[in-house]
Amino acid sequence: MLHLDRLSLAQPGFRLTADWSAEPGSLIAVMGPSGAGKSTLLSLIAGFLAPTGGRVLWQGADLAPVPPGRRPVTILFQDQNLFPHLTVAQNLGLGLRPDLRLSAGDRERVETALTRVGLAGLGGRRPAQLSGGQASRAALARALLRARPILLLDEPFAALGPALRAEMLDLVREVAAETGALVLMVTHDPQDARALGGSLAFVTQGRVSAPVETAALLADPTPEVQDYLGRK
Amino acid sequence: MSRARFRRRDLPALLLAGLLLALVLAPLLAVGWRGAGVSFGPADWAAVRFSATQALLSSLFSTLLAIPVARALARRRFPGRTALIALMGAPFLLPAVVAVLGLLAVFGRAGILNQTLIALGLPPVSIYGLHGVVLAHVFLNLPLATRMILQGWQSIPAERIRLAQSLGFTPRETFRHLEAPMLREVLPGVALIVLVICLTSFAVVLTLGGGPAATTIELAIYQAVRFEFDLSRAAGLAGVQLALGGLAALAAWVLARPAGFGAGLDRALRLEAPPGWRHGLDVLALSLTALFLVLPLFAVVLRGLPGLADLPAPVLPAAARSVSVALASALLATTAALSLALLAARRQSLWAEAAATLPLATSGLVLGTGLFLLIQPFAPPMVLALPVTVLVNVALSLPYLFRILLPEARALHADHGRLADSLDLQGWPRLRWLVLPRLARPLGFGAGIAAALSMGDLGVIALFAGERQATLPLVVSQLAGAYRTEAAAAAALVLVALSFALFWACDAGGRRAAS
Repeated sequence: MLHLDRLSLAQPGFRLTADWSAEPGSLIAVMGPSGAGKSTLLSLIAGFLAPTGGRVLWQGADLAPVPPGRRPVTILFQDQNLFPHLTVAQNLGLGLRPDLRLSAGDRERVETALTRVGLAGLGGRRPAQLSGGQASRAALARALLRARPILLLDEPFAALGPALRAEMLDLVREVAAETGALVLMVTHDPQDARALGGSLAFVTQGRVSAPVETAALLADPTPEVQDYLGRK
Repeated sequence: MSRARFRRRDLPALLLAGLLLALVLAPLLAVGWRGAGVSFGPADWAAVRFSATQALLSSLFSTLLAIPVARALARRRFPGRTALIALMGAPFLLPAVVAVLGLLAVFGRAGILNQTLIALGLPPVSIYGLHGVVLAHVFLNLPLATRMILQGWQSIPAERIRLAQSLGFTPRETFRHLEAPMLREVLPGVALIVLVICLTSFAVVLTLGGGPAATTIELAIYQAVRFEFDLSRAAGLAGVQLALGGLAALAAWVLARPAGFGAGLDRALRLEAPPGWRHGLDVLALSLTALFLVLPLFAVVLRGLPGLADLPAPVLPAAARSVSVALASALLATTAALSLALLAARRQSLWAEAAATLPLATSGLVLGTGLFLLIQPFAPPMVLALPVTVLVNVALSLPYLFRILLPEARALHADHGRLADSLDLQGWPRLRWLVLPRLARPLGFGAGIAAALSMGDLGVIALFAGERQATLPLVVSQLAGAYRTEAAAAAALVLVALSFALFWACDAGGRRAAS
């Protein structure tokens, strides 16, 4: 279970709190106005920011002393998810062994992951030779290889068109199902939240509310959510 | 707390910063300890005055003369312009002894200028003394000043230039509204950087200065150590040099913009190139500068070529020593600068900044004197001449390398730092798979600069070396001092070829690794 225990971050002119928990395998969209702290929440869970109060716990263990790379977390950023000087296969290999000393078995797993996301045979390319959608697929393939129990998505598909984005969300759901991962996905689009399914944590005025079933919340929005969505 | 974890990761770099600080501070303390309370005679004060005078004049002339050259380069396009700008980068890497030999070949007693004057029935001029020192410093620093001012010109926003063109500004108005404000901002920094370089110059003054009227503090330190063996006096002089250099370096650090050796030199929009007499003026400025820079180098090549077949015996072993010193310095300086830059890119680090900046306030002879004082009670300094030279060269090239690497390290951290962290890419794998491939280009460039500077350095080695430790610049200077002109020119040719070859090899290696 992921438990945000009275988690808070206070910076000059900015404040964020969260106090809730989520079961392994849940799919949670994190939505809210820009600047509200959606990405900040992910950074706190991923370990790029240290909270000023409270704790992030996974299966009862406090993650504070664990550096980002050792946390039970895979994160996809808005961009720069692949190192441009390495091949796609090497980028995936980093998910298995950061020193890239890959065994024949590791290489086979990389190839399988590539095939799984529809990039069979493209392992030798550099990221610059991939389209935006292909780069996203490669990043998801690495998430598949890492198979960490928490998958954080910081709007990695924001630059893709609607059709591609829907495809990616399907792929995210498949990856999550295969690895059993708890997904937290930042988005500003209620369509994406709906497509992900599961629940929705709304961020506003410095507070991340506990996730509520997405379909229900969007059908009967609270006043803050209604403000965000705009009057009908 | 995750913060404590990050500290542990910074520990090696912080230790290194401390070590580098100690490397500079320990000799300075030794100098202060030994030199405190030394009373100065009139000769010492004359050295202080001459140091300041020559540095001020050199800086003034280099900066002022660079303005028309930079402007001509900024507003004209002509075949060979890129080559000329590249040529402007060369003197920074040119060993000062070689520059002096070239200038002697043109302006010296039997040089081209005096032979022409005599042929015309005019009295010859002497290159020795204040004006010779200033001439050599202008030769070495005019190109650097030009490149920095040229960057100022290129930093004038295209929107302003477009506005000036749409308002139909005359060249005079363009100068008043666009160029003068830029110059006011850029020139103080340029002048101060040149001032700092000239204050710590040694090889030039060793050859062209000397005597009661033309001795700098650096030269006086050398004489006190080598000929009078008066270490207290040397330490006292080093203290004054440190105060003077420190003050100038501090001012330069505050006022100067980064020199940006590697930045792009072309832009979409350039200033209008006025025709008429202004065109003639630009052509004159560029031709005279090119001639001034090329002629001495050409003279060295011409004089040195015949001697290459018959190099004096000490040249080759000295060349081997110099290359080893240069490679060791380049490796250590690049490693140190990279560690400090990566640390400073990760987080604000006063230690890294201090360790990378402090050496600017010192000079080879100041650090050399301090190390001499520290070593002398335990071992004959001569034995450690080469390791000490490496250490001093590392310290002195560190500020340049740090400034080259810091912006690149910051960009690397901003672009890929979090991804690398999230993948647990740390330690050697991070260096191997992220840092080295991404920073190969600036690392190669920086290593090249460190190698060339170290190869050509004549400073601390002159304090320490006996015959069996002499580096190539020292041998060149000794040959020139013994009036073996042809042999000196041949050795200088070997020196300059090796310096540029080392620079080229490192720079090209970096570029190849990056692509």
